Amino acid sequence: MAEVMSMEEIRTTASRLGIDLSEVDLDSIRLPPGEDFGIRSDDDDLNEEDPLEFDAGFGNIIVVDNLPVVPKEKFEKLEGVVRKIYSQIGAIKEDGLWMPVDPATQKTLGYCFIEYNTPQEAEIAKEKTNLYKLDRSHIFAVNLFDDIEKFMKVPDEWAPPETKPYTPGENLQHWLTDDKARDQFVIRAGSDTEVLWNDARHLKPEPVYKRSFWTESFVQWSPLGTYLATVHRQGAAVWGGATSFNRLMRYAHPQVKLIDFSPGERFLVTYSSHEPSNPRDTHRVVLNIFDVRTGKVMRDFKGSADEFAIGGTGGVAGVSWPVFRWGGGKDDKYFARIGKNVISVYETETFTLIDKKSLKAENVMDFNWSPTDPILSLYVPELGGGNQPARVSLVQIPSKVELRQKNLFSVSDCKMYWQSNGDYLAVKVDRYTKTKKSTYTGFELFRIKERDIPIEVLELENKNDKIIAFAWEPKGHRFAVIHGDSPRPDISFYSMRSTNNMGRVSKVATLKGKQANALYWSPAGRFVILAGLKGFNGQLEFFNVDELETMATAEHFMATDIEWDPTGRYVATSVTSVHEMENGFNIWSFNGKLLYRILKDHFFQFLWRPRPPSFLSPEKEEEIAKNLKKYSKKYEAEDQDVSMLLSEQDREKRKMLKDEWERWVSEWKRLHEEEKLERQRLRDGEASDEEEEYEAKEVEVEELLDISEEVLSFEFGQE
Amino acid sequence: MRPILMKGHERPLTFLKYNRDGDLLFSCAKDHNPTVWFADNGERLGTYRGHNGAVWCCDVSRDSTRLITGSADQTAKLWSVQAGTQLYSFNFDSPARAVDFAVGDTLAVITTDPFMELPSAIHVKRIARSPSEQTGESVLIIKGPQGRINRAVWGPLNKTIISAGEDAVIRIWDSETGKMLKESEKETGHKKTITSLSKSADGSHFISGSLDKSAKIWDTRSLALIKTYVTERPVNAVAMSPLLDHVVLGGGQDASAVTTTDHRAGKFEAKFFDKILQEEIGGVKGHFGPINALAFNPDGRSFSSGGEDGYVRLHHFDPDYFNIKI
Repeated sequence: MAEVMSMEEIRTTASRLGIDLSEVDLDSIRLPPGEDFGIRSDDDDLNEEDPLEFDAGFGNIIVVDNLPVVPKEKFEKLEGVVRKIYSQIGAIKEDGLWMPVDPATQKTLGYCFIEYNTPQEAEIAKEKTNLYKLDRSHIFAVNLFDDIEKFMKVPDEWAPPETKPYTPGENLQHWLTDDKARDQFVIRAGSDTEVLWNDARHLKPEPVYKRSFWTESFVQWSPLGTYLATVHRQGAAVWGGATSFNRLMRYAHPQVKLIDFSPGERFLVTYSSHEPSNPRDTHRVVLNIFDVRTGKVMRDFKGSADEFAIGGTGGVAGVSWPVFRWGGGKDDKYFARIGKNVISVYETETFTLIDKKSLKAENVMDFNWSPTDPILSLYVPELGGGNQPARVSLVQIPSKVELRQKNLFSVSDCKMYWQSNGDYLAVKVDRYTKTKKSTYTGFELFRIKERDIPIEVLELENKNDKIIAFAWEPKGHRFAVIHGDSPRPDISFYSMRSTNNMGRVSKVATLKGKQANALYWSPAGRFVILAGLKGFNGQLEFFNVDELETMATAEHFMATDIEWDPTGRYVATSVTSVHEMENGFNIWSFNGKLLYRILKDHFFQFLWRPRPPSFLSPEKEEEIAKNLKKYSKKYEAEDQDVSMLLSEQDREKRKMLKDEWERWVSEWKRLHEEEKLERQRLRDGEASDEEEEYEAKEVEVEELLDISEEVLSFEFGQE
Repeated sequence: MRPILMKGHERPLTFLKYNRDGDLLFSCAKDHNPTVWFADNGERLGTYRGHNGAVWCCDVSRDSTRLITGSADQTAKLWSVQAGTQLYSFNFDSPARAVDFAVGDTLAVITTDPFMELPSAIHVKRIARSPSEQTGESVLIIKGPQGRINRAVWGPLNKTIISAGEDAVIRIWDSETGKMLKESEKETGHKKTITSLSKSADGSHFISGSLDKSAKIWDTRSLALIKTYVTERPVNAVAMSPLLDHVVLGGGQDASAVTTTDHRAGKFEAKFFDKILQEEIGGVKGHFGPINALAFNPDGRSFSSGGEDGYVRLHHFDPDYFNIKI
């Protein structure tokens, strides 16, 4: 790694080499991927005080206090004990254990220093042996050497904290006041991250803000769209503002891998996993929960990866992400994580466990929060070889009262799907057939908002159909299921209401033989995209569930991702860099009209900026829907103006291009004319190409290929 | 109209060339035999046998009597178009690639590949009126560009030579002195290997196609960038209609990756663009592999494409092609 150069040094070096720096286009310099030449990103100051990044510091040294004070004869024995304790944690450096001795009394002073090879080992040693009881009167007090210095600096007198004068912040919701009511999205392609308006009227995106190397791995909007989070080696940062994207806050967390916002965007969870110092150990996991606005760490969790890897599968390094799931709707009141036989529910007032106890649930496999209410649904598989049935239960938080429970038999797997308003919960249950060789699927449908939470069982007409996808209509009472065996599965729509009975589930329709394996409901409901991704190469069918009609079928070849904009007006389909070719995105209208198409090499991410929920009351919304004509007039007029303007601009542009081309052509003609004689000379007087009107002459050429003589004999009278 | 499928080559096509009258079509391929076809009905007239390696490029004299070919067998050969006999063979120490007759057909430019320490080079040869007087002497040898030179053509009045190749730079050389006069700029120029280059009918401008998925039109004299056409695939071949303001780009996914994906992923289409507005007009499908060669009939009423799949497809335009409005 090269030394980090200051701008001053660069200037002097440049002048020494005779390079005019103003001539150099710094933006054109591209570093090879994976190599930074020691040039740190400009967010470097993010974590200058990071204790783990010390190279020559004392981060790897710990101070162990409260050791017994022993005379000279016992010195070696004590040293042996200490060494034994501390070499279990990591390799102590050679001469890395120093126990000072009082020169006057020849007794030890009751403390020692231990130097490890890495700061990580020192950190672990501190965590593990602080408050270690050697015996009744000797309880270790272990600190990092660096911290001792910090503690020394604490002033003896308490000083009241300074109150900073109030500075009005920017309007972070400014983007919502766009007078064209457009939505924003962020894309990441190559090294550039760019925020754009979706200007569907002009059939193109309008740039808002662009920055190279904005993030080191990915970007993420906060759930209400206020912030854009970037991830760096030193931590995470959030950006936002009225007109541009300024850094609002930084969250120091070295080597952060994953981040997650609470739904009300009050808190940010960051996650990192670290290589163990001892290869036999599992990865160490560090989680921090920050307050988004103040940047303060509200609570941190540390431990081995095993402790965080219970239930669920996949994720990064064995941890299922998000580790903490947020409940209680947008108030960010509770968060929970699954542990061995427990679910730990924390509340955000004090960041401690509710009732100081985790929720006991033998063998719990999975849990989900209701999206709106503090209700947990959890799934416990069969125990004792089927003696104790599997069960799905609903638990109220913070009272921990079980609201409803359902026992299920011969279950192989369960998946829980909450409807977005928390009205319904669908549990997809895979059961073994009698032979135990195969499984079939059914649904248990809970009506959360009704008295006693009635449960209904739904089985598909063909019980053996595989379920490929399931999705609730957002804010609605319908759901869609893709079932059947590929290559052409069926899609069924069900409603939780039937025409005459509100309390019964009924089938709305089944579409036969569709090339689809994923469902994307519009966030406003009613419309759904039946998408055939992966094996189906990006088939798209825009379907209106109210009218039960296909509005359009289209294809975005190789599409990997589909996302509706938060208003349900537009859809983005994208091909990300998992494919080499076709990278880029398409923007469609809700009814399947392709509006525009942008190609970008090395395309990584497309994310719509979320919107906070509307403040309109349901009555007002209904009123608007009723008088839509009145409201839409204004926008229709605007649309017309824009399209007029566009065609005008287009005409002008074309005229300009044509004129420019004409100029070139006339110039070429002139030069061609000038060179005519010269060209004739080169061709030995033969007239030049275009002035000579050659006519096709028919020329008959007879060529004698061969002459051969043969004597033919005539014989008469044979018959 | 249905395209005429001309199956005569056993290996991928590399180059196509019409004679000036537009009645003959010459095709080169990685099999060793350049072939001549009737441009009207696709009937094969004959082959030129003698090369011992892939043939990369050819050019035919204005009077359609001579054919020159450049081949990987380290020779460039002169042929009698009519008789199919070899008239002369220029021998080099490395594979020959691009060939081009000058105005008047008394000079020819031949490029050679870098090979065993030898750098690539541009050779200018005098072409004698009578084959018996032909010598192999070079009038001029230009060296300098890094990597292969994929195309070299003559500029106006044979005063300059335009070259382009693997280093993505287009250069204009003085054909008398061998000095470099101009080169394309980094910002406006291509970013990756230039695979093809084709002059307009009057030689006033030319189009270059590159693996950076774009094609560009340049002024032959000033090397000013005039137009850029952006596509989704690497461009292997380019051609300009002599009749309408259209350009055709051919190409596709790299041949080595073709079998790994869906056949549609390759996009082995010949794409038509409006020359002035730089907008895509349409595409002609058909090949099973990347398009390596494209040529317009000098009358502008038909064009042919040659693919990695070994086929030449000859397309006569339908009447409505001539009325396309965008």
